[in-house]
Amino acid sequence: MLLLVLKRILLGFITLFIVSLITFSGVEVLPGDACTTYLEREAYGAALEACYERLGLNTPAYERYISWAAGVLQGDFGYSLSGEMRINDVLGPRVKNSMVLASASILIGIPIALLLGIITALWRDKLPDIIISTITIFSMTIPEFISATLLILIVAIWLEWLPGIVIVPTGASISELLPNIILPVIAISMIMTAHMARMVRSSVIQVMASDYVQMAILKGVPYWTMVFKHVLPNALLPAINVVALTIAWLLGGVVVTEVVFNYPGLGRLVIESISNRDLPVVQALAIILASIYVSINLIADLMTLMLNPRLKSLQIKK
Amino acid sequence: MTLEKEQKKNNLQKVYEVIKTMASKPSGLIGLSILLFHVILAITSPLYVPYDYKAIDPSLMLQAPSSEYWFGTDSLGRDVFTRTILGGRTALTVTFFGSLIALLWGGALGIFCGLVGGKIDDVVMRIIDAFLSIPWILAMLLIVSLLGTTTLVLIPALGFFYGKGIVRVARAATHDVIAKDFIVSARARGHSNLSIIWNEILPNVRDAIMVEGAMRWSWMLLGFSSLSFLGFGVSPPTPDWGLMISNARGLMSFAYWAVLAPIFGLSSLIIGINLTADAFAKALGIDRSTKAPV
Repeated sequence: MLLLVLKRILLGFITLFIVSLITFSGVEVLPGDACTTYLEREAYGAALEACYERLGLNTPAYERYISWAAGVLQGDFGYSLSGEMRINDVLGPRVKNSMVLASASILIGIPIALLLGIITALWRDKLPDIIISTITIFSMTIPEFISATLLILIVAIWLEWLPGIVIVPTGASISELLPNIILPVIAISMIMTAHMARMVRSSVIQVMASDYVQMAILKGVPYWTMVFKHVLPNALLPAINVVALTIAWLLGGVVVTEVVFNYPGLGRLVIESISNRDLPVVQALAIILASIYVSINLIADLMTLMLNPRLKSLQIKK
Repeated sequence: MTLEKEQKKNNLQKVYEVIKTMASKPSGLIGLSILLFHVILAITSPLYVPYDYKAIDPSLMLQAPSSEYWFGTDSLGRDVFTRTILGGRTALTVTFFGSLIALLWGGALGIFCGLVGGKIDDVVMRIIDAFLSIPWILAMLLIVSLLGTTTLVLIPALGFFYGKGIVRVARAATHDVIAKDFIVSARARGHSNLSIIWNEILPNVRDAIMVEGAMRWSWMLLGFSSLSFLGFGVSPPTPDWGLMISNARGLMSFAYWAVLAPIFGLSSLIIGINLTADAFAKALGIDRSTKAPV
């Protein structure tokens, strides 16, 4: 058991190592480097040399990778190009803001998704299922920037209920953020909830058709006892992994949503740093976002492992 | 010769039957009709658009919808109706060829990995996992910002990034058939790996890969329009829904029509492709409702 957990963690680290190699070599291979993009048209002669010297770009690539990776392992991402700031200082408040947004969306989204998924599964092909399923398909397929734009148009402009865009500084405290994040949270959790509700629905339907549930019905177990005791524990277990993958996949959607609402989080930093060609920040963001993805998956794996005694003796294979 | 003809006829018949099954359910019929409508519109629209999509006229700025300008005009005085019905052309072309590329390389690598197994398979899957853990938007933005936003960059880049999920599906489908008797006997007959892939494995995994490709198409359209919306997709003045929404967004408190028209165009196409892909999966008997969008 312990060995299995350690193995999963090791695999996570290997994945992150490959990610760091990919982003580092990606930036190396693609035309242009930090200095030519930073200096733009003045990138020649002494200015270029000086820039190479200052950023240490005149040493071989593998040496730079090693020193960069060593810094990252100690939690130091180096300096950003445009602002000449420490990347850690740039990232800190952004990470906090995005965490507030993401955790609010997840806390609201997961209970609603469970409820909707269970309702649609138990009333399968009846009126509640048809209505809810149609709505979830719509909110799932429509891109984040469209639902976010429509939310602003309807709620903020036509009804004038809530502020449409977030106008708080990057370093705002949580209490300053809260009234502003209602619309972004609705936009993100709408899509997430729809995805999860669909998965919970099909998982519950599968379990309802299994032999042991049929057996319970034949034994005369009351309907709701059966649902809560036999169906749900078994149905929600496989859903955990899929939910984790969905959350990780939505990182991309969070980027777009933050841009639409002008929210000062990691997502807007992605766009800003890429527009400014601030490659050190881009590299740092790639590692951070990939670590989030890997840890969410790891937590999901471990949760499945702990909740399912059958898997303890088996090897988990993807 | 006759055998080949017979085969072709059977294939056509199979395609016809799959489409018939898809259209037999209301959701599939709606999806197919929306998709067909968009494809026809994209091919024929340059023939009958009422105005020039790039004609800028300051005197016609932000006109409300009227009998002359059905969907009004945008902040540069361009006709929104014209730009909306032209707006799907780039998106459809880029994502269609992108999905094709994704299907080809993802399917080929997946089948190969499933067949050879062992160390090579382990290493490739580790790398695919690592790629999957980089958010698509970051990778796409990086490539596009360094290489430019021409369709010649966008198509292979999207094709590459949406193909890695297909690798997994193709590999899993290959694993399902690899131990079956007909493969073992083909090996015993001394067939080469290539012949086994082409004659034995491919016909059995084709359905799963194609369904995955259809689904990727709608996600890729979502990704492509998000890129355009962020200003990293096709460049102006090309009419494109994502770009139109992002341009008109700032003024939507008094010119909502310039936002709503492209929103309607893009949403209907994505819903159409999604419903079609779902119906396609059901017609081929593949359940994809329990899968995460990786």
